[in-house]
Amino acid sequence: MTILSANKVSVRYPGQARPALAGVSLAIGPDDLTVALGPSGCGKTTLLNLFAGFVQPDSGTISFAGQPVTGPGAERAVVFQHDALLPWLNVRDNVAFGLRLQGVAKAERLARADEVLRLVDLPEAGGRYSWQLSGGQRQRVGIARALASHSQVLLMDEPFGALDAFTREQMQELLLKVWQQARRRIFLITHDIEEALFLATELVLMSPGPGRIVETLRPGFSQRYRDGESARAIKSDPAFIALREQLLTTLFDHRRQAEEIAA
Amino acid sequence: MNALENTLEQKLAAVAASKPVPDEIVPDPAVLRSGWWAQYRRGWLSLLSLITVLGGWWGLSHSGIVPPLFLPSPEAVLAKLVTVSTQGFMDATLWQHLAASLQRIVLALAAAVLLGIPLGVLMGVSPVARGLLDPLIEAYRPVPPLAYLPLIVIWFGIGELSKVLLIFLAVLAPVIIATSHGVAQVSRNRLRAAQTLGASRSQLLWFVILPEALPEILTGIRIGLGTGWSTLVAAELVAATRGLGFMVQSAAQFLVTDVVILGIVVIAVIAFALELGLRLLQRRLAPWHGQQD
Ligand SMILES: Nc1ncnc2c1ncn2[C@@H]1O[C@H](COP(=O)(O)OP(=O)(O)OP(=O)(O)O)[C@@H](O)[C@H]1O
Ligand SMILES: [Mg+2]
Repeated sequence: MTILSANKVSVRYPGQARPALAGVSLAIGPDDLTVALGPSGCGKTTLLNLFAGFVQPDSGTISFAGQPVTGPGAERAVVFQHDALLPWLNVRDNVAFGLRLQGVAKAERLARADEVLRLVDLPEAGGRYSWQLSGGQRQRVGIARALASHSQVLLMDEPFGALDAFTREQMQELLLKVWQQARRRIFLITHDIEEALFLATELVLMSPGPGRIVETLRPGFSQRYRDGESARAIKSDPAFIALREQLLTTLFDHRRQAEEIAA
Repeated sequence: MNALENTLEQKLAAVAASKPVPDEIVPDPAVLRSGWWAQYRRGWLSLLSLITVLGGWWGLSHSGIVPPLFLPSPEAVLAKLVTVSTQGFMDATLWQHLAASLQRIVLALAAAVLLGIPLGVLMGVSPVARGLLDPLIEAYRPVPPLAYLPLIVIWFGIGELSKVLLIFLAVLAPVIIATSHGVAQVSRNRLRAAQTLGASRSQLLWFVILPEALPEILTGIRIGLGTGWSTLVAAELVAATRGLGFMVQSAAQFLVTDVVILGIVVIAVIAFALELGLRLLQRRLAPWHGQQD
């Protein structure tokens, strides 16, 4: 059963010659960690914004659990790359913010916040403020906030894009743990090929001009991680490397084609 | 699941997460060793310049070069502080003059905040409101308040209303402008994040927009109070029977120079206290302001 889906959606921003997305269809199922990978400008953020309800398609439909999506909603939480925590609230209140908006009693929502903070390995940080945290810690709080309010899908726009390589890898492992324990569907955007291959149960490859999906694959490496293999072992596996190189070649091929068409 | 928890990376992540980030910047030991001078250098320098001015004043007034009518000694002014506080000057004690001035500025400030913040928010969120109000504010803001004081006196007389109105107008513009600016600058990601957490429009306003604009609003109030205070004192020179401006003005007419100086010092101290108080309030209410996020 699909939870969130795009059906032949197209978007053209005012004043732009080419559509940002043309006829894109994608379904996110109940156990999916779907990753969209593609070069800058291929419409990844636009697709995520459609799912979130920030942007409306010119044609086609977005639906959540069978109902058309017409705007933002609490069942589809978004984790942004930066700038999305509220600096006047401490970490615990940030995480509990969604529940507060829904009118959940204070004791209950703070207990829930502490529970989710433990899940993202930040059990001690509840009383601190976002501006006292490192970039990686902030992203954990962002993930915790999205989980706390009983959302059903997490939409993540390059959540680890601003982090250093080491923290990034930690966060990828954390995300897999969270995804498994909290049983949420995830739609994640990245332009890091390794990240996409490692995390995705379903990987969609996008290409610009106009933005579209050019390939879909199911890499299965995250399943190996769940089965107990270490991240480094997976990422240095010849099969992983071969697939990574193959994806790179595909992306470059599409880039060249797009440039030839444009020329 | 066990294997998941036990990888080296997981442990490192746990260690990194539990290590607290220091709240304050710990001073470099070299700075601590070089002692009290280096640590509070600016404070000492300020104190030094203050003492120099006071000393110069004391020396000059005691040298006999300048007659007390032009420059009374610091002790004379200090003595006047006692007599004006207890016996009063022009039918009112210093505290009554001060209270009259403070009452005007507080009334004007309250009115300017009550009207200015909603108008500023409206301008910040609605391009229509901005289009309508912006020219009005930009037209009256650059005009010095004393320039339209005569018109206000013609319309509203020389009573309290005129003075409060003048000061209100001086505070209003900076409050509106700062509020609308702060509101328009609210991070789109924060708004969107709140929306996906289920925030309604009014919840967005109360829980995201107003808190995020708060530091800017306080800056607007601080600037407004500064201009408001100087405007008020000037207005009291023109038409009043009580107030610090009036006290200085009437003392000057009777050549009571020590009261003139006393009044000026009190006016300066109040201005400084207002500025400082608002800075403290800002740091208190918006500690994140100026921190990178
Ligand atoms: N608000 C907008 N107005 C006009 N054009 C836009 C707007 N947002 C995006 N675009 C254009 O639409 C196309 C797709 O943009 P989008 O942000 O979805 O790409 P992306 O894949 O997320 O890129 P990146 O990896 O750089 O974030 C780009 O050509 C971009 O210039
Ligand atoms: Mg993007």
